[in-house]
Amino acid sequence: MTSPENLTVVRAGFIALVDCAVLVAARELGFAQAHGLDLHLTKEVSWANIRDRVNIGQFDVAHMLAGMPIAQSLGINHIKIPTIAPLALGVGGNAITVSHALYQALQDTGRDLSQPLTAARALGQVVAARQAQGQEPLSFGQVFPFSCHNYQLRYWMAAGGVDPERDVRLVVIPPPYMVNSLKAGQVDGFCVGEPWNIQAAAEGVGVILTHTSAFWPSGPEKVLGLQQRWAEAHPQTLKALLQALDEAAQWVDDPDHHAQLAHILAQPAYLDVVESLVLSALEGDLKFHRDGAEWAECEDALWLYAQMVRWGQTPPSAQAEQAVCRTFRPDLLVDVIAPRAAHEASPSPLPLDGITFDATDVTGYIAQLAIKNCSK
Amino acid sequence: MTDEIKILVIDENPVRAAILKEGLSDAGLLRVEWIADTSNLYMRISALDPDVVLIDLESPNRDVLEQMFQVSREVRRPIAMFVDQSDSAMITASVDAGVSAYIVDGLKKERIKPILDMTISRFNAFSRLQRELDDTKTKLEERIIIDRAKGILMKQKCIGEDEAYTLLRRNAMNQKKKIAEVAASVVMAADLLS
Repeated sequence: MTSPENLTVVRAGFIALVDCAVLVAARELGFAQAHGLDLHLTKEVSWANIRDRVNIGQFDVAHMLAGMPIAQSLGINHIKIPTIAPLALGVGGNAITVSHALYQALQDTGRDLSQPLTAARALGQVVAARQAQGQEPLSFGQVFPFSCHNYQLRYWMAAGGVDPERDVRLVVIPPPYMVNSLKAGQVDGFCVGEPWNIQAAAEGVGVILTHTSAFWPSGPEKVLGLQQRWAEAHPQTLKALLQALDEAAQWVDDPDHHAQLAHILAQPAYLDVVESLVLSALEGDLKFHRDGAEWAECEDALWLYAQMVRWGQTPPSAQAEQAVCRTFRPDLLVDVIAPRAAHEASPSPLPLDGITFDATDVTGYIAQLAIKNCSK
Repeated sequence: MTDEIKILVIDENPVRAAILKEGLSDAGLLRVEWIADTSNLYMRISALDPDVVLIDLESPNRDVLEQMFQVSREVRRPIAMFVDQSDSAMITASVDAGVSAYIVDGLKKERIKPILDMTISRFNAFSRLQRELDDTKTKLEERIIIDRAKGILMKQKCIGEDEAYTLLRRNAMNQKKKIAEVAASVVMAADLLS
């Protein structure tokens, strides 16, 4: 047992989403302390704040969208700062929710809305009909330019023949405002993490159309992001943190702990929502530890990078690919947590658009896609 | 004047927004718009088409601005963050002050720096004011509770005001507490027993 004054302080920023659970459990259940760490958690209100506070050293580590360390390392739209992600904090947990009016229109197409591909084609049909009638384009909310939500929504739409740049309007809406924006009719649908889809459904504001895990590879959704410089300067602290987070992830993933976890996460210091919403979300498709959910690999990073190139956020280059591959750092986990068993790599769903991703040929993959925006 | 820079301030705090607006207008920047209610922000910013956007860091809507970095139909002139590779000191200063600046691509840096310097100094001044106000409020609240505790003690022990205060102070010293804390427990006990 280490006395409190001997603990090494690690400052972490997080956003109030269910997948901050591993960080919260590491602190609240004492896993961090058992590894000699005093894990300070600060709730932030925007991903931009998380990025800036990691960049200027106010946070040592943070709960980040999986695309953020990649965008940072490439310097897209911002200062280039080598940022790494040694561990994924969660897989899954996102869904596409639509308004009742749009759901009705999708149903009227007669297509099977329970399957993501046919649901996307139904959207394509509705969008085409609206264009023919000269109606306003549909609006969809997502949470950040480098979020999986943004890429999932675009990927799903494109598979249904909808060009997300031309046929619809995509807007960023902070997650806590998502349900109200749908209620006020400012958007017709959105892609967001939990508990906001469940809340929209519970309040009768929208219908959950599809969980994105039904069509998206099982790569990381959120990661532990930090400056490469910090990792190099504090290897022992990072190792202790990764061990604590691994133990926390194991605890979080155990259904026997979900009631206690929901109680902790629902508190004002964390999500500040009704406990039952958090519990429903934990019972969904979120994974924290099982099926190798903690591993963030080079191939996962390249998949996200391919989305950035596809949608014109960054130009393709071999040099960029190398930098991207060095962003996710499973090598830092090798001596820390149990090795990933071959059977743990859960099978990814078949590609919706029929085009298989080849991490060794990103350019070739993108060349096969009909809908894209690489002109920049 | 078409050359004049159009500034949009996004801040839910009306007092801070007013302080900032005043500073900007003193510096000759008169085309300042203020948005407090942030619903449907993306469309409203696109419609206003500002050259500079100043937003407080407590607003989750910062992420909405990040999207405007990209060219799209609605955003005729994409915006960028006021940073480059050498600007880390500026980012630190603005994060510490609690504000962030976004500018339209192509606007000269020399024209933006005085605006951001002004914004940071006004935000810092506002924080100081807020702290002073909080202090004053706390002191006033402490005064009220001490007065109530004195009244209770005077009545129950049939003592004068000075004696009641001395009693509170002696107890506070013995318990290594603030007088207001002891006073609060006297008031709470009296409420419970009444």
